[in-house]
Amino acid sequence: MMVMGEKGSVVRMGGILAAGVLALGLSGCASTNPRDPYEGFNRAMFAVNEGIDKVAKPVAQGYDAAVPMPVKAGIGNFFGNVGDLWIGVNNGLQGKVGDGANDIARLLINSTLGIFGLFDVASEMGFEKHDEDFGQTLARWGVGDGGYLFWPIIGPRTLRDTGGFVVDTFADPVQWAIDDVAVRNSAYFVRFVDVRASLLPADKVVEEAALDKYAYIRDAYLQRRRSQIFDGNPPRLPEE
Amino acid sequence: MRRFLGFCLLLLSLPVFAQETPDALVRRVTDEVLEIVRKDKEIQNGNARKVVDLVEAKVLPNFNFPHMTALAVGKEWRRATPQQQERLTQEFKTLLVRTYSNSLTAYRNETIKFKPFTLPAGATDALVRTEVHQAGNKPIQLDYNLEKLDSGWKVYDVVVAGISLVTNYRDQFGQEIRNGGIDGLTQSLAAKNQALDAAKAEKK
Repeated sequence: MMVMGEKGSVVRMGGILAAGVLALGLSGCASTNPRDPYEGFNRAMFAVNEGIDKVAKPVAQGYDAAVPMPVKAGIGNFFGNVGDLWIGVNNGLQGKVGDGANDIARLLINSTLGIFGLFDVASEMGFEKHDEDFGQTLARWGVGDGGYLFWPIIGPRTLRDTGGFVVDTFADPVQWAIDDVAVRNSAYFVRFVDVRASLLPADKVVEEAALDKYAYIRDAYLQRRRSQIFDGNPPRLPEE
Repeated sequence: MRRFLGFCLLLLSLPVFAQETPDALVRRVTDEVLEIVRKDKEIQNGNARKVVDLVEAKVLPNFNFPHMTALAVGKEWRRATPQQQERLTQEFKTLLVRTYSNSLTAYRNETIKFKPFTLPAGATDALVRTEVHQAGNKPIQLDYNLEKLDSGWKVYDVVVAGISLVTNYRDQFGQEIRNGGIDGLTQSLAAKNQALDAAKAEKK
């Protein structure tokens, strides 16, 4: 299972997404929840993903147990550093020029002083790590979320964030800076395992806390996205 | 005489406690709990019983569970009888304590930073914002919503990384209530709690 795995990316997801959008058009099922208009499709995909996770989770657990902490931190930092370029661009696109400059400064500092991004020295120097992607940029531009979707491997996304995710994937330096297909796929794989491993602690909480795991993850994702779009300060929703 | 002095001190200290500001309350409880966890090897090794005891003694008195349950249920809450509300609150409290106490056993060397806090005069609702810092990771936002009652400030919502642990239940609760009413929801929660108990007993 992938909870909020915004950064998990996968090689042939273009094909999967195309098939999924087709299936969406065909299903058009009735749902009682206005935020989850494709619930029937989503629950089916969720079940598929639970099946995939029977393989992915043990791999992530093995990685988590076998790889020493400093190496894991280095791998996380490396992909985090690679991501700062696109995070900076998205801050710029949202008009947050200062934040964008901060992100590019992070990239420069960590790529040099941080030895190709293996160490996050920029954070220690006071350059804060941000959390941006193209889906958030679209939201800031006024694009509605288009309803909730659950994709196998990729995890939860709204329709808007699915579009954002496709753009993120093409903008991803791993995609355009690595020519060697085998190296690129290895990078995707390591990142996928790293992201899945980082979600292991959340697994236990979700298993124990949820009455309906699917709904728990959906509502947590939607709340989390709202917080991300407003950079951690979302306006309060009216209480029912 | 000494007893009398002690009594006077107690009287003096009471109003101070009653006026403890929301941020001071969260800070004090956080410090006390983490201090204990830091020293207790059994908790660090995942002794669930000890963690639940710690949470029940130190944390729970500062929470308003009826309000939390009302918030998780939404508008159906007002249609429940006081007895139904009480039973539901009890089961929801058990579930929340079980699931989130566990995260304390994972505590290692994270530090909690408090964001600047101001309390407008006469405020009865407050948001205390903190950040959990861990080496090599992005800080995680951890916010507490508090309300002022006669007995002091009480927490009624906890928001982790933008996710309210309380309102995240609203759709699930709504589904259960549509299927089996308030009592159906209470039964589902009770069954969930029993299953968790059984799973834990099996592990031992």
